[in-house]
Amino acid sequence: MEITGYNVAFIAIAAMTVTSAIFVVTLPNILRSALFLMFTFIGVAGLYVLANAEILAAMQLLIYVGAITVLILFAIVLTQQLMGARITQTSRNIVLGGVAAIAVFAFIATTFVSHFSKGSDMIAAQPAVPTSDPLLMIAKMLIQPYVLPFELASFILLVAMVGAIVIAKEDKD
Amino acid sequence: MPEIVIFLLIKLVMTIVIFALWMTMVPFMIWLERKVIADIQIRIGPNRVGPFGLLQPIADALKLIMKEDITPAKADKLIYPIAPALLMVPALLAIAVIPIGGMVTIGERSFTLQIMGEYRGPNGFFVPELDAGILLSLALSSLGVYGVVLAGWSSANKYSLLGGMRSSAQMLSYELPLGVALVGPLLLASSLRLNEVVNAQSNFGIWFIIPQFVGFIIFLMSGTAEVNRAPFDLPEAEQELIGGYHTEYSSFRFAMFFMAEYLNMVTISALAVTFFLGGYRLFTDIVWLQPIWFALKLMLFLYLFVWIRGTWPRVRYDQLMALGWKVSLPLALVNLAITAIVLAYVPKRAVLVLTITSIVLITIAYYGSSYNIRRSTDMTARSGYARRHLPESEETRI
Repeated sequence: MEITGYNVAFIAIAAMTVTSAIFVVTLPNILRSALFLMFTFIGVAGLYVLANAEILAAMQLLIYVGAITVLILFAIVLTQQLMGARITQTSRNIVLGGVAAIAVFAFIATTFVSHFSKGSDMIAAQPAVPTSDPLLMIAKMLIQPYVLPFELASFILLVAMVGAIVIAKEDKD
Repeated sequence: MPEIVIFLLIKLVMTIVIFALWMTMVPFMIWLERKVIADIQIRIGPNRVGPFGLLQPIADALKLIMKEDITPAKADKLIYPIAPALLMVPALLAIAVIPIGGMVTIGERSFTLQIMGEYRGPNGFFVPELDAGILLSLALSSLGVYGVVLAGWSSANKYSLLGGMRSSAQMLSYELPLGVALVGPLLLASSLRLNEVVNAQSNFGIWFIIPQFVGFIIFLMSGTAEVNRAPFDLPEAEQELIGGYHTEYSSFRFAMFFMAEYLNMVTISALAVTFFLGGYRLFTDIVWLQPIWFALKLMLFLYLFVWIRGTWPRVRYDQLMALGWKVSLPLALVNLAITAIVLAYVPKRAVLVLTITSIVLITIAYYGSSYNIRRSTDMTARSGYARRHLPESEETRI
């Protein structure tokens, strides 16, 4: 592999992502795991930038790093310090977990292999520069072909919110 | 020299200059805040160190750095030291997308005065402005919450923890109206790039503060809450939380929390200038004057922040949440819907129609929300509606 700025950046960001992902699943301290999950998500955002998907990267930061991981931290901090419960990360059910991990890996691997066999070069040396305004492209995609999944996702979120309210509501017997 | 090296050098110099400007704002803000607050409270304020007490921030910083850096015995040894940095880094990164001036041309190269801005070199060497623009800035400002939560958690102190929890809930709640309030100007500019937003305002011939007045008010309110400034400074509420999440910190790590707060304040003000006050443009298009116009408008907002702090009492936690979720967010969504409908059906007269609707909307919102919040949480006890329409007993009930 030839040494270009792109390759160096890719290897550095990918190494950071993978290393922090390993820490997420191996560290016993669950709060530190959550912290490394943040670095994993930041690394994924970096990979999106390298793939010329800046808007996706900003979305990744905004949603995964800025909101979801913060909520995870919030939950951990509340239960550990205020309720006095100690949570440690243990690896029970190694066999079942392993089976699930292998299944997911096999799924991703077959997707890659099938793409390669079609002759498309998914891992190009440099990503293609989008020709038109990427924001416009994303907007049109969401409104026209993918409007149903988009609406479905918001519906699921609504259901989750209603569910959370039902659980959190006090009993008025 | 290959063009890419020149490009990187120019960007490096620009980054250093903008970074230095932003960091200089911190001691200046500390001085301004102490002076203005003193004036509001009929005191004199710092006047011993240097002319008008201008060197007071340097004395303060030296005092802070000289102090011992203490780590509590039960603190988390990994997270406690890095928490202030986690607050500081996003605060500094967020300045990368803000344009402080327009297109500068030197020989055959031209670039905007913006770290992640456009660059044109000879032979078709072209680097466009960052597409994500404002999204990146919002994303980075939302990362600040990590520093606060982790500082509160790792201090092993219940006051710190309470401050951290309050702050994370507050920042998460106000991020929503903050983001939605900015969508109105973005729709008018039809781009996420901050430079385009500034250009759109000069094309329309009007600052977006007028057609997007509702968005401006919500942005100002949520921005104040987002940077934990008074009257939304519950996370540090000295009287109840002894300083909140930074109770245990001392020395330079303590200073870092304050630097991050001031930096965030400057960044929010810079965003407000860019989105609502026409950015770096004023009167003429002489490019070297544009950073000065930008700085002047920035000062306006920074003064406003200090003024608000000196004038308003701190809100209560339930009032804070009611204001965020029951007033700001619905209002921002209504404003967004109106802007979108107007732009879709009457794009020719959009500015006029939006100006009228924003006046109507803000009037309804003012009276409606002051009545509602007054009834539920009595926050706006001094508002016009409450004074005129509620009986005296209601007023004194609280």
